[in-house]
Amino acid sequence: MDFQDTPEEAAFRAEARAWIDANAPKHLEAELKRASFGSSGLTSEDPVAAGKAWQKKKAEAGWACLHWPKEYGGGARTPIERVIWNQEEGPYAVLSGAFTIGHGMCGPTVMAWADEEQSRKLLPPLASGEEIWCQLFSEPAGGSDLAGLRTRAVKADDGSGDWIVNGQKIWTSGAQISDWGLLITRTDPDVPKHKGLTMFFLSMDTPGVEVRPIKQANGASGFNEVYFTDVRIPDSQRLGDVGQGWKVSLTTLMNERLSIGSGMSTGFPELFRFCMEAEIEGKPAIEDSAVRTRLAQFAVKQSGLKYTGMRAITALSKGDTPGPENSIGKLVAGATMQELAMFALDIQGEAGVIWSEDSPQRGRFQAMLMRSPATRIEGGSDEILRNIIGERVLGLPGDIRVDKDVPFKDIPTRGGS
Amino acid sequence: MNLDFSDEQKQLRDQVRRFLSEKCPPAAVRKILEGSSAFDRDLYLGLAELGVLGAAIPEEYGGVGLGDLELCVIAEELGRVIAPVPVSSSIYLTAEFLLMSGSEAQKACWLPKLSSGEVIGTFAFNEGQGRMTPDKVQARVEGGKITGTKAPIADGSIADFAIVAARDEADGISLYLVKLDDDGVSRDALESIDPTRDQTRLTFDGCPAELLGGQGEGWHIASVVMDRAAILLAFEQLGGSDRAMEMARDYALERIAFGRQIGSFQAIKHMLADMYVSATLARSNCYYGAWALASGASERPVAAATARVSATTAFQQCSKNNIQVHGGMGFTWAFDCHLYYRRSNALALALGGLSTWESLLIERMSAGNTESAA
Repeated sequence: MDFQDTPEEAAFRAEARAWIDANAPKHLEAELKRASFGSSGLTSEDPVAAGKAWQKKKAEAGWACLHWPKEYGGGARTPIERVIWNQEEGPYAVLSGAFTIGHGMCGPTVMAWADEEQSRKLLPPLASGEEIWCQLFSEPAGGSDLAGLRTRAVKADDGSGDWIVNGQKIWTSGAQISDWGLLITRTDPDVPKHKGLTMFFLSMDTPGVEVRPIKQANGASGFNEVYFTDVRIPDSQRLGDVGQGWKVSLTTLMNERLSIGSGMSTGFPELFRFCMEAEIEGKPAIEDSAVRTRLAQFAVKQSGLKYTGMRAITALSKGDTPGPENSIGKLVAGATMQELAMFALDIQGEAGVIWSEDSPQRGRFQAMLMRSPATRIEGGSDEILRNIIGERVLGLPGDIRVDKDVPFKDIPTRGGS
Repeated sequence: MNLDFSDEQKQLRDQVRRFLSEKCPPAAVRKILEGSSAFDRDLYLGLAELGVLGAAIPEEYGGVGLGDLELCVIAEELGRVIAPVPVSSSIYLTAEFLLMSGSEAQKACWLPKLSSGEVIGTFAFNEGQGRMTPDKVQARVEGGKITGTKAPIADGSIADFAIVAARDEADGISLYLVKLDDDGVSRDALESIDPTRDQTRLTFDGCPAELLGGQGEGWHIASVVMDRAAILLAFEQLGGSDRAMEMARDYALERIAFGRQIGSFQAIKHMLADMYVSATLARSNCYYGAWALASGASERPVAAATARVSATTAFQQCSKNNIQVHGGMGFTWAFDCHLYYRRSNALALALGGLSTWESLLIERMSAGNTESAA
């Protein structure tokens, strides 16, 4: 057991470090280090423009999308090299926030399902940051039960082969800045819900697409609603067969949980620093036994996630596939962050209710408290993640699905006595 | 980056697991629970023969000369089957005390016998109620003779000698090697929540006591050895967590209620998922502890407390929820759930309870080593 690089890994790390050192936008470093909870921390420059500039620079030097093949604009590097790059990129990785969904989820789906010509056209500008993608999956009626989605795509009656889409998506991150969207629709309501879905991609400029920001519970607006009114999509923009959309979406969802779950912060280092500075009855909070007990439990979650990640990296380094243990990442991080944030406010006393620049660590814990409910829902809710661990890791039977063999149009849409 | 055991260490794990699945089924544990023996002597001697007891003892002292990582692998397997043997007392503690601070003569005398299972050692530290602090050490050595009472002492009724923490003549705390066959030693077996492991009160009435390590260094040496042992106990707890979780999973697949496997109910499924999460965090933290143990890293105290807190939490959660998943049957004497529940609670208290280790973890992190666990 050791935490050393192999000679090849060390050489790659040195190469990456030297390039980052010579090319990173260092004037933004201090601001980026303040990033937290959905905010890039940037105020002096437009975060999207700064992100695109950094991504372009990386792409030109072969450091963009390290895990993608070169013909799609990637770096054709190994998984372990990608991990090392992420470690070295440090605060500048925050600049890639706008591309997370495109690079982590939409790109791999296009790669798996589009034809070669489309892949060569769509993927390089995504890799280089010229174009941004969003994922148009969740709906008011289809969240955890994604396959319950109702956005309809029907064949145009003009013989063009085009599809006409009507409906509404919700919780779409980055829709307002996206050039392209990956869209899942219902094409056949007469078959059970998983069988009547079809996947498309479309330009977000397509007539009939309207993006409206959602004002979230924490007052911010990172997510959007996207409305589709008679939106025409050519059949050539279909991914997979008609009715195969569920299978296509699984490519995206598998990648979603991988990319969101890895290396998630719980906020523990910040809480620890705060408890070193804060006082209870004239003594450092960290000397209080009740504080220690809570901190210790947070600490072992933080370190457990860290070393679970290192076990996965170990597998990658050996050329193996990481085991299922990484599936715990978001489940642990989300709940820990929420509890930890309120604990930090508790130590602040009644002043914890105040959320301002003057609050400890510029209001970080208040922001964390108000953002954390979303972490426990987005990208697979805690409950869905527990189902996945229970069923796929522990081998427990699936829940009984009363709508499994029922035509979609016959599934009840509301409860009542 | 290599936070995993080597192929050879995994082979050792398989070998020990095969041995224990044959020699230490639940019936063997139950035999100690229900019978009059304080431990499974045949199993213990079998482990000695297999080289398990001497795994981390150097060859010059009759051991196998493997290392700490091998001992971690072994500890996990012993924990999986909640083996009713004094390995923690005799090997994780006594042998480590000798290796760390024994004189050449003490090492040459005792280590080969510990390795072969011919003698059993234990650590006589506790004195009565409450968290152990230096002022609680009241046993006293004067003129080479020890007087005082130590309780509860794991494996005290079966140990041949003990490493005893006592006041020296300068009123400091030193460690002494005391043979327990002396006439001045009385042993009273104590009833405990886990009768598959012996607990005894040792009373010393002027028995010969031989200094181990430097005078006045007893508390420091004990802290270091207990840290090392805490990592090994954490591996035992990890093995126990995994097994308790598997028992619950298997029962959730087998048991039908309301016309379906109970594992299909989310109330049960999510409880099991949470057990998996807890056991996975514990495994990763234990590997961190194993690395620190074997590499002698300066962050070992933080790593030990991290592994210990995480593994205690996991085993507590898995053993109690194992009973919960089994429902009423889990609370019968006939089912094995209570064996794991007993052991998980006993191990949670060994070497200082959860609150002690939680406090130690944060104290150590705040003393400087903040990056390691963060």
